[in-house]
This record gives sequence, C-alpha cells and structure tokens, in this order.
Amino acid sequence: MHLSPDDTIYWQLGFFKLNATILYTWGLMLLLVVGSKMVTHKLSMGLHRSRWQNLLEIIVTGIAKQIEEVGLRQPQKYLGFLGTLFLFIAMASLFTIVPGYEPPTGSLSTTTALAICVFVAVPLFGIQEGGVKKYLKAYLHPTFIMLPFNIISELSRTLALAVRLFGNMMSGTMILAILLTITPFLFPIALHALGLLTGVVQAYIFSVLAAVYLAAATRASNVKLNAEEPD
Amino acid sequence: MDSMTIIAVASIITAGLTIALGSIGPALGEGRAVSTALASLAQQPDAAATITRTLFVGLAMVESIAIYCFVVSMILLFANPFWSFAIAQAAQATGK
Repeated sequence: MHLSPDDTIYWQLGFFKLNATILYTWGLMLLLVVGSKMVTHKLSMGLHRSRWQNLLEIIVTGIAKQIEEVGLRQPQKYLGFLGTLFLFIAMASLFTIVPGYEPPTGSLSTTTALAICVFVAVPLFGIQEGGVKKYLKAYLHPTFIMLPFNIISELSRTLALAVRLFGNMMSGTMILAILLTITPFLFPIALHALGLLTGVVQAYIFSVLAAVYLAAATRASNVKLNAEEPD
Repeated sequence: MDSMTIIAVASIITAGLTIALGSIGPALGEGRAVSTALASLAQQPDAAATITRTLFVGLAMVESIAIYCFVVSMILLFANPFWSFAIAQAAQATGK
C-alpha cells in the first residue's frame, strides 16, 4: 500500500535516496523562487502594473492583514516566515491538479520538518523581541508548578502541527486512490475537489497556528506594555 | 488459534473500532462549534471575519483528534510492526 511519496525512489547512492518527496519539494521551491524572481524583476509603482505583480501584491497584503489580526503588532517581521509556510503548503496541495504529482506534505518527514521550523522559530522570535530572561519567565507564568506542563504543551503542539497536516494530506491521496479502484470517473473528481479545499484550509490553519504561537511568545515579553492597550 | 491469527484478528477489529469510535466525539464537537458560530454570526454580522477565522482554527484543533484516530488505524492496517514481526518469524520458521 503506497502510504507516502517516500516509497517511490528514483535514484540511490549509498544511504542517500532521491525519493519523490525530495524531488517534488525541490521542484516546488524552484517554481516559487524562480516565479517570484521573474515577477518582481521590474516592479512598477504607477497605475499600470502587470497582472502577476497584482496577484502577488494581493497575496502579500492579505497575509500581512491576517497576521496583524491574529495579534502580532508588526507583521513585516514575521511576514517572511509565516508567508512562506502558507505559500509552500498551499502550493504543495494545489498542484495535485497536475497528474502524476504527489504532495510532499503527504510524507511525515516534510510535515515534521515544517513543525520543527515553527518549534525553533517561536523561541527565536520571542527572545529577539524581549530578551532571554523575559521569554524564560513566561514558562513560569501562572505559577512555577506549571513549568513541566508548559514544556510538555510546547512539544505536544509541535507534534500536533506535524500529524494534523500529514494526516489531512495522506488521507486525501489515499481516499482518492481507493475510490479510483471502486467507482471511477465521477465520484473521485468530487473528492479531489474536496481534497484541494482541505489542502488550502490546512495551509491556512498551519500558518495561523504558527502566528498564534508567535503572538503568545512575543506578547509574553510585552505583557506589561500591553496591559493598558485595549485588545 | 496461533499467534499470527490472533495478531491479525486483533489488528483488524481494533482498526475498525478505532476509526468508528474516534469519529463520534469530533463530529459532535464540530457540530456544536458550527451551530454556536452561526448563532453568534446572526447576532453580530459585522464581526463575521473574526468569528469565521476563529471557527476554522477551532475546527482544525477538534479535527486533529479524528486525524489521530485515522492515523492509528492506518498504522494498524498497513504499517503494523507486530504483523511484520510475525511474518518475519514465520518466514524464518519455514526457511529452516
């Protein structure tokens, strides 16, 4: 049973296996980077701008607005990280329209890597915002007895991020494969559309949860400053 | 019944029960969440963006539980370590 794109190996040298996950991940990265470079090559500030520049502007301002609504005061700082998360996961699942493509997020390795990125980024941004002491004090926040529970909750929400994305992507591709052997042609198309929708929703959920964790970590450093501000 | 049969029967029954029972809770929870969100949308339509976004995030957290049950049942059916061990032992026994 083909569980994940890790099983399809194209080339092997020693213990390094070029499997479908790595191939599709790097292909996506190439597409995103080269595409953005070509679009932003000549930016225009006037009334006449190319449609691709328009599209990218809509996406970037939309993501910045969402980040601000979640609670991060200066979205420009986090736009690179959170925007990349959203775009990578959304593109990874939208390209299932192309036949022969398998989403690299359907492999537990990719989703664990993305979750570890979030796990590392939260202390990084928290310390950058307020200093090491303030960030570490947040772990003792309600009472110091909560310290082990706070640590466990850090680890478990990272795991939850990884398994949630992996489970959604894997179940989409697996249900499609099973249905193709039972009732081909019409019903699988409806489920493919549903898979596209859940892919984009899961991309949004992943980046919004990352933003919420970042907001909690950076707000913990500014907890005295924000006491007077209305939320 | 030898041990291989017991492993197979237990895995199959548990896989079915896991996904069956594991879907009940999240389904009920999501239904309640959506109904409360609809009620508050009807009360305050101009907070629609915040309510919808919070609803989606909450639904994803609740859905995760069902996804965990699904992953466990898939592991039991397709990547079962006990079954692989039993198969390896049976192959060794017939090989000798």
